[in-house]
Amino acid sequence: MSDNFYDEVLIDHNLHPQHLHDLPGATCSHAGMNPSCGDEITLHLEMRGGIIADGSFTGIGCAISQASADIMLDLIIGRTPEEARKLAALFRKMIGGEITPEELEILEEAGALQNIARMPARVKCATLGWRTLEHLLETAD
Amino acid sequence: MQQNWKADFPVFAQFPDMVYLDSAATSQKPAAVIAAEAAYYREANANPLRGLYDLSVRATDAYENAREAVRGFIGAASAREIVFTRNATESLNLIAYSWGRSELHSGDEILVAISEHHSNMLPWQSLARETGAALHYLECDSSGVYTEEALRAALTPNTKIFAIAQISNVFGRISAIADFARICHENGTLIVCDGAQSVPHIPVNVQALDVDFLAFSGHKMFAPMGIGVLYGKEALLRKMPPFLYGGEMIEYVTREGAEYAELPHKFEAGTVNVGGAVGLHAAIDYVNAVGFAEIVRREDALTAFAVQEMRQIPHVTIIGGDDPAAHHGIVTFAVDGVHPHDIAAIFDSDSIAIRAGHHCAQPLHQHIGVSSTARMSLAFYNDEQDVEKFVDTLKTVRRRMGFER
Ligand SMILES: Cc1ncc(COP(=O)(O)O)c(C=O)c1O
Repeated sequence: MSDNFYDEVLIDHNLHPQHLHDLPGATCSHAGMNPSCGDEITLHLEMRGGIIADGSFTGIGCAISQASADIMLDLIIGRTPEEARKLAALFRKMIGGEITPEELEILEEAGALQNIARMPARVKCATLGWRTLEHLLETAD
Repeated sequence: MQQNWKADFPVFAQFPDMVYLDSAATSQKPAAVIAAEAAYYREANANPLRGLYDLSVRATDAYENAREAVRGFIGAASAREIVFTRNATESLNLIAYSWGRSELHSGDEILVAISEHHSNMLPWQSLARETGAALHYLECDSSGVYTEEALRAALTPNTKIFAIAQISNVFGRISAIADFARICHENGTLIVCDGAQSVPHIPVNVQALDVDFLAFSGHKMFAPMGIGVLYGKEALLRKMPPFLYGGEMIEYVTREGAEYAELPHKFEAGTVNVGGAVGLHAAIDYVNAVGFAEIVRREDALTAFAVQEMRQIPHVTIIGGDDPAAHHGIVTFAVDGVHPHDIAAIFDSDSIAIRAGHHCAQPLHQHIGVSSTARMSLAFYNDEQDVEKFVDTLKTVRRRMGFER
């Protein structure tokens, strides 16, 4: 692992998360847990007119789980659940090390987590937000 | 600190730039141990205890010699009191299953120190659930200190057993086991000592401590993984039923039942880990050759150096207090604003191996009010440069996480 794994993108999203707050208008929420390290986030979504009109997360965790959730919300707000699911699948593909450069573009800042695949112990942190999202979309349908 | 003990450990030649500060999780292995286990498989391997031929006798001798070495190492009265297991966890489970399920009843009480490793907590939780015995916790202060007064106050006429580690894997603090044993025995209570973190680092004598049971793992004391020890007083082990049933642990078997073998074989069902036991024997010889005087001197000096440096770094909190003498090779810490997993990742990027998480002591972390921490732990093969590199990286953690830029 290189010295700059915690690059500006991750550090910024961890120290100044845009989406770490309550969401009074939330139409659905789901708590995700990473028991091995105690990371715990609750994802809140406000679904309106078939799109994810707003979203936030609450809870505590390591820089990777926090930054990943914040970046994820940047990506999915304003999209349809179907688009969000596709992004989640792409994210998994990236973690699995099978993503193409074109697909990586689509993930925008989430691409900062590409190298997490080399730290197996942290993969669960990076995917916590996305796993919680998938669960939420499944049950919200 | 002149001697370079790392030269005895091949892994350090393989990774010369690595700083290994996770010996509380598992120690590295000296060449002598690796060679001894290999030699057993080359020169003496057969199924021990049952073969009626020369090679099997050799295997049996190698195994029983290892048992005798363990007996001498911890000062037990008899080799019949030494049961080989896989690790400390299995040793502790053996007590809870065998002694616990036969001796405990509803109305009885089990007392467990709150800082225990899950391996010395979950077996007692499950025992309490199954027998209806009540489980109580002995609480420590924020420095990890257990007092005699607190123990006396926690013991009741119904307390049948008290479980506590000699050295906590979180605080690194030594508990006064001999005093606790005396207090327990005055109350008619047995004491189980988890020696996983003490036996590798300080001289332990079970008769001087007067503990009823002692559990430890070979792999934390330079031996291979997969071999551990349960010491139990002979009178207790004699009364206890077997833990696992099968081959090697019987005198004879009829359709109705079996006559169980003599101690300690009664508790060693199935083919045993002779290679591991031989490795443990070599590890004991190695520790004796280095000597606990040298081991304790080096580990105490390195721990004190680390604590003195760490307590000067802003935003670093040492769990269990700033007294260098209180931490025996184990320093658990937190850095303000940085999650322990991120701390460990930053250390890893500087090739320094430390542990992060709850260290299998979640109830303790709840007790001291943090969900997880980072931990550096030493062995005598570490040196001052290791600690210096550790401290240098620790100083950079907050900056590298975007603070104070
Ligand atoms: C105090 C203590 N007890 C028990 C254990 C369990 O040891 P093992 O995993 O070898 O059974 C450990 C190891 O982490 C420990 O530190």
